Amino acid sequence: MNTFDLQKPTSIEGAAALLPTSSDSRQAVLLAGGQDLLGELKDGLVEPERVVNLKGVAGLDAMNWEADGSLTLGALVTLQSLAEEPRVLEEMAVLAEAAQQVGSPQIRSVGTVGGNLNQRPRCWYYRNADSVCLKKGGTHCFAQLGENKYNAILGGGPTYIVHPSDLAPALVALGASAVLVSPRGRRTVLLSEYYLLPADDGITRETIREPDEVLASVHVPVQRQGMRSTYIKFRERGSYDWALSSVALCLWMSDGMTTGARLVLGGVAPTPWRCESSELLLVGHAVDEQTIRRVVDEALRQAEPLSDNAYKVPLTKGLVTRALQTLAS
Amino acid sequence: MRILHFQLNGDDAEVAAPDHWTLLEVVRYRAGLTGSKQGCDKGDCGACTVHVDGRSVLSCLTLAADIDGRQVTTIEGLSNVDGLDVVQDCFDGAGALQCGFCQPGMMMAARQLVTENPEATREEIKEALASNLCRCTGYTKIYQAVEEACRRQRQCTTERAGGAP
Repeated sequence: MNTFDLQKPTSIEGAAALLPTSSDSRQAVLLAGGQDLLGELKDGLVEPERVVNLKGVAGLDAMNWEADGSLTLGALVTLQSLAEEPRVLEEMAVLAEAAQQVGSPQIRSVGTVGGNLNQRPRCWYYRNADSVCLKKGGTHCFAQLGENKYNAILGGGPTYIVHPSDLAPALVALGASAVLVSPRGRRTVLLSEYYLLPADDGITRETIREPDEVLASVHVPVQRQGMRSTYIKFRERGSYDWALSSVALCLWMSDGMTTGARLVLGGVAPTPWRCESSELLLVGHAVDEQTIRRVVDEALRQAEPLSDNAYKVPLTKGLVTRALQTLAS
Repeated sequence: MRILHFQLNGDDAEVAAPDHWTLLEVVRYRAGLTGSKQGCDKGDCGACTVHVDGRSVLSCLTLAADIDGRQVTTIEGLSNVDGLDVVQDCFDGAGALQCGFCQPGMMMAARQLVTENPEATREEIKEALASNLCRCTGYTKIYQAVEEACRRQRQCTTERAGGAP
């Protein structure tokens, strides 16, 4: 690792004040659990003058159930503590199951909510220090015509990364929002609007977070009564890995009919991929074979696979089917 | 450079380390404890696994500055005055090593599992050791060693509780 100056502010505002005002990451980067950042530092993908360590900010690792039943997660809540929280397990299975399936025990002990949501892509052209791809200021997305087995089938172009977060699809399905703090103040944004497609100015970054903003917390609203939810993640190997494809599904049913649904895909697009038109096809219907077929076809209707990743289309249809059958039974 | 104060294998430790150093570097190059291995050095292999405040972490992905004031246990601290830890004894008994490079990290990860879930199934053992690679691929005996360690841990608990032997 290159040398840097490690700073440990004691407030969120203090942390934001240490961040750069331009997107020049040579100046400063944020450190939470470090499970992604240290890899980036070691590979020379970021070479900052200073690293701003959030662990000096008291209370940022707190998980608070509000009086109205909503949940506030500080940016430094660990994935392990989230996965083990009894009320999350009981009331928001999709979130607990997503947290349980991130990385390995060692990574979940240290990895955080804020870090998981803001981790950088795993595309091997991005991670290879010698490759100057479009995401790193180059002229071409090498994945588009190169080795693209793990890349996007939805929402790609001009870059084709997939967002690697497991928490993001689950939290988008739950309608969560993020609180961002900068020297200009704080703003709250829906997580569904936090991630950027490459075509929407999301080439060198994946989120709307400005260089001098800190994601301080995530707020998960109260869910309508009777929600069933699940997160299904498919990995290339049995051991720990990022998702080839994943499905976050929240479902509300009454008398055998679906009364509400939120369906979000992970591992297949540069952002968590909400399938609103598929959700509408569920409402008012029983979760039978015919409905499932219509829903999965609609969810993948816009898929445009690259040369090596067409397998993600049937794989994702299978996962959505499994999620629907699991929750409806 | 900053001075760090922490507990290392039960003893007070005070070391000076540059800001960009990891816990692994401090353990190996300041404390001279070379049991924790530098394998991939980016979180893929688990050979550097140590405990911080009782939980297994990847010391190659932990900045040294973050252990100030905390308790660190490396493989050198796993045994105690009574001899080998049950996990070490079971790895020994099962012959759960080939080249041995992954073994310290394997045993540190296994120790957390045996403490937290001595009822672990084979699948749960695999999940608990998912971060730890054995490039000799000697997993079968490693899993057998952890199963035996779990069994002995349960037995220990039963005996302490005064239950059936």
